[in-house]
Amino acid sequence: MERIKTLETRDLCQSAKGCGECQTSCGVANQTCENK
Amino acid sequence: MVHQYKLNGCNMVLDTCSGSVHVVDEVAYDMIEKFQTEPREQIIAEMLQKYGHRPDVTEADLNQCMDDIQSLVDAGKLYTPDTFADKAGTFKARSGNVIKALCLHVAHTCNLNCSYCFASQGKYHGDRALMSFEVGKRALDFLMENSGTRRNLEVDFFGGEPLMNWQVVKDLVAYARSVEQEKGKNFRFTLTTNGVLIDDDVIDFCNKEMSNVVLSLDGRKEIHDATRVDYAGKGSYDKIVPKFQKLVEARGGKGYYMRGTFTHRNPDFTKDVFHMADLGFTELSMEPVVCAPDDPMALTPEDLEIVKEQYEILAKEMLKRQKEGRPFTFYHYMIDLTQGPCIYKRISGCGSGTEYMAVTPWGDLYPCHQFVGEEKYKLGDIWQGVTNDALREEFRSCNAYARPECADCWAKLYCSGGCAANAYHASGSIRGVYGPGCELFKKRIECAIMMKAAQEQL
Repeated sequence: MERIKTLETRDLCQSAKGCGECQTSCGVANQTCENK
Repeated sequence: MVHQYKLNGCNMVLDTCSGSVHVVDEVAYDMIEKFQTEPREQIIAEMLQKYGHRPDVTEADLNQCMDDIQSLVDAGKLYTPDTFADKAGTFKARSGNVIKALCLHVAHTCNLNCSYCFASQGKYHGDRALMSFEVGKRALDFLMENSGTRRNLEVDFFGGEPLMNWQVVKDLVAYARSVEQEKGKNFRFTLTTNGVLIDDDVIDFCNKEMSNVVLSLDGRKEIHDATRVDYAGKGSYDKIVPKFQKLVEARGGKGYYMRGTFTHRNPDFTKDVFHMADLGFTELSMEPVVCAPDDPMALTPEDLEIVKEQYEILAKEMLKRQKEGRPFTFYHYMIDLTQGPCIYKRISGCGSGTEYMAVTPWGDLYPCHQFVGEEKYKLGDIWQGVTNDALREEFRSCNAYARPECADCWAKLYCSGGCAANAYHASGSIRGVYGPGCELFKKRIECAIMMKAAQEQL
């Protein structure tokens, strides 16, 4: 039986491959990428 | 690094370095916990001993689960090695000396006398002052001159109470709009207000020009009026709530949020959040007070345990109200798993002192609004630019990997190193650690991600 469900997430390792257009934060964890 | 926790009936597994999130049953939860420390045969034997009485748990099934776990490891979604640590210092250097956001302190004065104000009733431990149009215009020019190829620029009108210098705010927005196209820039304006001076002109202008407005309200009337008083000592709740409701209705219920502060007086702050929701506000935030530990309003260690429990209560109530068709959002529970920030942003943090700065009414530059008034943290001014290069480099060195205390923390790529001002006020160093803040942050992230899992099942 299926015991593990993986939610869809942005791959951080892939994201290393930084435009800087995102909003400044005061928080990072709650942000959405401008360029997606 | 993997972080596992159980909350609201959800068994959660977070893989720190890939950003992956797994929702598992209790068998897989136990197996993942043992996966890196025990041999396969031993794990399966232990699981059979613990869960073997259940018809769905067989040796073949457990072997399949072990294969699934190994597949996640192979796919870089579980126990992902940390490949960022060595590069962390270079991530922030990539942007050079580009500045993309300013906090304009247009008024170092206030028409309220809130007892917990970190800005010392808007004066920032200095003299009362209003920013002139000339200083504000130069600040906007300084931002455009130093923004490099960045197109999106942010300007927050802050105080004190910015509505006490309203004409200058309007004139500065008009100036920016008159030059932004020619300069290839896109200004995003925001405003933080206590609401006392909101009128139809403010509402119309904000709805036309402000991407977002922060409205200060502490929740229940007796809580709000205990601290947010005028200079005669009179509470401001009755005066501002109708104005806030009118402004929010005129904005179509978006592009704002209510921002409250909770103190030792109300660690049961969810009552204040629910009160604001019941007033018709749907974009909400309540933040722990920032003050000296010996201040009577400071949260005590006992309060912190209550607050952590309150965050769980809040998450469950939000899910309940969402199911009932009357949802509201909570600032710290907004989390975008699929299109969240890239690793550069997650390591670099808020950008204070590098790409974000605060400007005083007389044009001095500080790393952020919470450092204004601390003379040793003055970076320079808007005419000569940053002249304290050592200070800018100190802020540039702040990142998610800058503190040895954070090396084994699962949350470092969510908090991005945390708030430099909180660290400074707690430890005397911007590279210190504000322990209570870390505890609350981790609890909020656990709640926010649990809610994502629960929402998938709604």
